[in-house]
Amino acid sequence: MNATVNRHWRSFKWAAWLGWQIESNWTEPWLFAIYSVIKPVAGAFILVLMYVVFTVIGNVQDLARFNFVYVGNAFFIFVGNTLFGTFQVIQADREWYQTLRYTYISPISYYTYIVGRAATKVAVAAFAVLITIAFGVAFLGIKIDLSAWELPAFFAAMALGAFTLVGIGVSLAALSFLTARHVRGLAEGVPGVFYLFCGVLFPLTVLPDWGQSIGKAIPLTYWFHLIRQITMPADYFAAVPTGLTTDPLEIMALLAVSATGFFLLSIGLFRLMEYLARRAGKLDMTTNY
Amino acid sequence: MDLAVETQQLTRVFTQRRKIFRRRRNGENGESEGPVTALDHVDLQIRDGELFGLLGPNGAGKTTLIKILATLLLPTSGIAKVAGHDVTKDPLPIRLKINMVSGGESSGYGLLTTRENVWMFSQFYGVSSKTAKARIDKLLHTFGLWEKRNAKVRNLSSGQRQKMNMIRGFVTDPDILFLDEPTLGLDVNASRVIRDYVKSWVKTTAGKTVLLTTHYMMEADELCDRLAIIDHGKILAVDTPENLKRRLKKETTFRLEVDPLKDTSRFKTIPGVKNFSLKSDGGASLEKLTFILEDEAAVSDIVSEVVRQGSKIHHLQKTEPTLEDVFISMVGRSLE
Repeated sequence: MNATVNRHWRSFKWAAWLGWQIESNWTEPWLFAIYSVIKPVAGAFILVLMYVVFTVIGNVQDLARFNFVYVGNAFFIFVGNTLFGTFQVIQADREWYQTLRYTYISPISYYTYIVGRAATKVAVAAFAVLITIAFGVAFLGIKIDLSAWELPAFFAAMALGAFTLVGIGVSLAALSFLTARHVRGLAEGVPGVFYLFCGVLFPLTVLPDWGQSIGKAIPLTYWFHLIRQITMPADYFAAVPTGLTTDPLEIMALLAVSATGFFLLSIGLFRLMEYLARRAGKLDMTTNY
Repeated sequence: MDLAVETQQLTRVFTQRRKIFRRRRNGENGESEGPVTALDHVDLQIRDGELFGLLGPNGAGKTTLIKILATLLLPTSGIAKVAGHDVTKDPLPIRLKINMVSGGESSGYGLLTTRENVWMFSQFYGVSSKTAKARIDKLLHTFGLWEKRNAKVRNLSSGQRQKMNMIRGFVTDPDILFLDEPTLGLDVNASRVIRDYVKSWVKTTAGKTVLLTTHYMMEADELCDRLAIIDHGKILAVDTPENLKRRLKKETTFRLEVDPLKDTSRFKTIPGVKNFSLKSDGGASLEKLTFILEDEAAVSDIVSEVVRQGSKIHHLQKTEPTLEDVFISMVGRSLE
């Protein structure tokens, strides 16, 4: 038991260390710090531009709706980075660094290794979300209402969201055991689907019925809803109807179930794809053609 | 006798993907290229503490065998055991005891330094910090990479990267080390350093086993306690280099350097010729022929045939058999 825990901890710790080195080691620390702040702020400016166009064309100034869009987009950074960060581990190690074969035959848990590598992306994404929100509050009139007693709920929601996303990410990563490097578009396409159907930019009610059905079947829709409910002022939150339940406990329970479901799915898919790749001799293939 | 590696009837077949698009273009029947048998019922036993070589040409099945033993690839049928554990059913205990280094590749995390790369892999194996540091320092000195210890891997030459990977292989102090063409593409000095270290590591440390694949005859001859000759996935012979060469003692080896020949197929029909190989340096004026003769008298017929084709003999020598001669005798062609 102890040896198993040690193995998983070792896998996670050193994978996270490697992930951090890859994420931050490409330049001087001061330049990395500036980049970490400027990148999300630049993303926020795109939102500002969208809002300006929206207000000019529509001739309305709807701060509640701008809050909705801004918060949704800020937290989407977390979704995109976590999914991509998890998905790309196998392909990067196999094709780019060509280290997968050596990592794979070492006595670590490769599943936990992927999660460890993704952990850095999660941390960097969380920082980017924080910067985006702080910039919005300081300069764009974004209202955040997060009291101290709501913090546990906020962190619980973030943790459930992260678990769900890592579960989805590892499931996608498992598929990449068998796919060529150009299939990495999957890691960009899936977040695109979430962006469209999960109520990131607009409430679910804007979508046609079939689109709403898809949105309601994706747990992340409820996650965005819950995050907005916890962080936005009550009147702003109520001003944009989404057609979703407003009971936070119900959403928490749903997210807990989906996180568990995706975790189990990711383990099952990972084992199956790992077996198939090992059988087909594709664990260390390079597809740079 | 404890066995580090044991295979029984080990077979690996690679199936090719059907070429649907080619069928559409060429009007073929969508036939696949057919399965490729990389390993064909291989039986092998490697003892603890042995430096064992696999000698064969490219595509012989050497790397496939290493991949199966290193738990990277599943066999199609048969059994492979490493340190007593089945590679299919029980890979984790194997991974605690093995490591692998492949030559001719430039793997590594370019943003990490040489030391960081090696350090990280040592931590995957749970090597204590103190031990890892001492081992890394020693190996960096041994392999001549001390000056590059803090250099980013992206700035290393391919040879330096290969040395770093050798250090990665040794830093975990594995019981069984798989070396797949470890000196491929390295210069003479670097190859010498690696060969010397591998040899001393096995001989001076108890219970260390190395399985080395190579197509360099000299390397196999110099390093290996025993070696297997493999071709087209089949093990043709397993013995010490000396015994393998001794098998040819009753046969005679002649080497000739001649002007380009019009037709070499006739040599095979000369009575007394067991096998021969031809090496042409691609556009060079001379061709090198090696003959394994069951009857030494056949050399006069060979000379007559060369002269009959209007070629001139520049060099003719009777030599002691080498591993390459053993290979030619068994396979009917040269290794390189």
